Amino acid sequence: MIEIKDLHKSYKMGSNSLHVLKGINFSAEEGELVAIMGSSGSGKSTLLNILGMLDGADSGEYNLDNVPIRDLNETKAAQYRNKFLGFIFQSFNLINYKSALENVALPLYYQKVNRKVRQEKALKYLEQVGLKDWATHLPSELSGGQKQRVAIARAMAAEPKVLLADEPTGALDSTTSYEVMDLIQKINDAGNTILVVTHEEDIAHMCKRIVHLKDGVIVEDKKIEQVRAAQYV
Amino acid sequence: MFDIERWQEIFDTIRKNKLRTFLTGMSVASGIFILVILLGFGQGMQNGIEAEFKGDAATSIWVWPRRTTIEYKGLNPGRRIQLRNKNFDVITQQMDVSYDKASVLYFPRDTKIVYNNDLLSYNIAATTPDLQPIENEYISEGRYLNETDMRQNAKVAVISNKIKKEVFSDLDSPLGQYLTISGAGFKIVGVYGEYGDDDGEEQRIFIPLTTAQLTFNGGDKVNNFNFMLPEQSSIDQTVAASEKFVKDIKGYLYEAHGISPKDERAIHVWNPIEEAKRYYSLIGNIKFFFWFVGLCTIIAGVVGVSNIMMIVVKERTREIGIRKALGARPWEIIGMILHEAVFVTAISGFTGLILSMALLEVVGPNVEIDYVVNPSVNFQVAFTTVIVLIIAGAIAGFFPAWRAVRVQTIEALKDE
Repeated sequence: MIEIKDLHKSYKMGSNSLHVLKGINFSAEEGELVAIMGSSGSGKSTLLNILGMLDGADSGEYNLDNVPIRDLNETKAAQYRNKFLGFIFQSFNLINYKSALENVALPLYYQKVNRKVRQEKALKYLEQVGLKDWATHLPSELSGGQKQRVAIARAMAAEPKVLLADEPTGALDSTTSYEVMDLIQKINDAGNTILVVTHEEDIAHMCKRIVHLKDGVIVEDKKIEQVRAAQYV
Repeated sequence: MFDIERWQEIFDTIRKNKLRTFLTGMSVASGIFILVILLGFGQGMQNGIEAEFKGDAATSIWVWPRRTTIEYKGLNPGRRIQLRNKNFDVITQQMDVSYDKASVLYFPRDTKIVYNNDLLSYNIAATTPDLQPIENEYISEGRYLNETDMRQNAKVAVISNKIKKEVFSDLDSPLGQYLTISGAGFKIVGVYGEYGDDDGEEQRIFIPLTTAQLTFNGGDKVNNFNFMLPEQSSIDQTVAASEKFVKDIKGYLYEAHGISPKDERAIHVWNPIEEAKRYYSLIGNIKFFFWFVGLCTIIAGVVGVSNIMMIVVKERTREIGIRKALGARPWEIIGMILHEAVFVTAISGFTGLILSMALLEVVGPNVEIDYVVNPSVNFQVAFTTVIVLIIAGAIAGFFPAWRAVRVQTIEALKDE
């Protein structure tokens, strides 16, 4: 599903150049649930941004579902993002003046799905995350966990190939974190490929594979026994 | 533009950002409102000044004699100048001068007007049919004096609306009634009215010049000459033509009456167009000023719109980032922002336009200020201004939108 070969990325900081990713080789199969771990500055967010086509790599190869991702202009990147990727952010990134339902329906708007179908689909995904009754509420009326579940429903609504989660539990307490991880595990059980960036060990162990980044290189990549989040909920 | 989904998205955004939309709208609507009201009052002042001059035709010239002040060719100063029919005939028939209408006025002395045994205190003015256009009088009943009256020395009279109201109020129509003027019966054939509020002129009863000169021993005496000159293509040319006309007839009259060319006061000529010209250039300046202020208002409106658009886009940076992450193409986002800007500017621009035009429509005709009559505005001008403002709003929205879209999506998402 995802294939990365010898990926380099550096940022210019004034006259200095900061080499963030120093040759990453990584691949993930369909249906995997991968945790990307590392301390801050290890390059894990940069890697996720490149995977998410929010940022471009300096060199290296990136194939997503056998489509080579390179020479992206904004328009093409937007199309690929819409078609292939769903995002879950630490800070939820819901649009604050839109209801939960409208937030979930938004990616479908950019897929040119008509309004009625959009609403139906969005409601279906809200139901999946257990927030059907909250459909008309604004984000400000939801708790942190609920917001993240809306964000997950939104990421799912576009039916992407890969879900990218950047510290999805970073802003949540541990009980809520486990609820969110439970949801992510269930989505993964349904066959979706998910990458989770985190620096929390317990969250990482709820995935099926952990990739450790340090100073821009992968230092460890191991399959693990998944801890089910459901037991903590 | 006609994408129904886009419209729904924009209505959603507008509905949920009422204050922002309202503020943008207010700045546009008030800009248009002020401009239209200003232009309306500019027009009102022009109408008002034109109305002040409506009493007499603007290109009219009035000639009346006084006394000489300088001794000339053995004639003493202080001599009274008397105009005669012959002078008028020479000017109108022999001289090479151009005019549209020419008339004379003769005021018989010591006339006594009686109706129904009541003595009336109005003035008798003997004249010719051409006086009507020169004095810009309208006929409200019957007819004015005509050439047949002149030829037949008809004993007919034309009274004013004011006299009709004061004397004949108990009759349906004064037409056919007889006034006794110094013993002779004059049949009323018409009622005239004066434009403007110069009541003094409605004091006069007009009778044919020929009749008056015969009946009241006038001989060939007349009191003054009146002319109306053709209008030229520009006011300057009209003024120049009138000055030449005045010079020519003065030259003739001075010679015919033996007046020193240096005598400034012997014959008085009043040429209102010279005065009108000053007012017209004043109107021009006032209108220019109003336009200037109006345009400044519009510019302030445009700056206001740009400002709000910049803040709006800044405020929405994160939202733009989210939309991009969800797969919005850059042009979709720019289109959405512009669409909203144009829509809000258009709606509020036209609201301002309609409100201000309605105000002018309702209040305009009732305005009773000197020199301001019926302020109104050219719809096309106002409409164009709204369009200009919409385009300006779109341009004002485009640049911040463009910049916002250029921001890297991750940067935009970090924006607080």
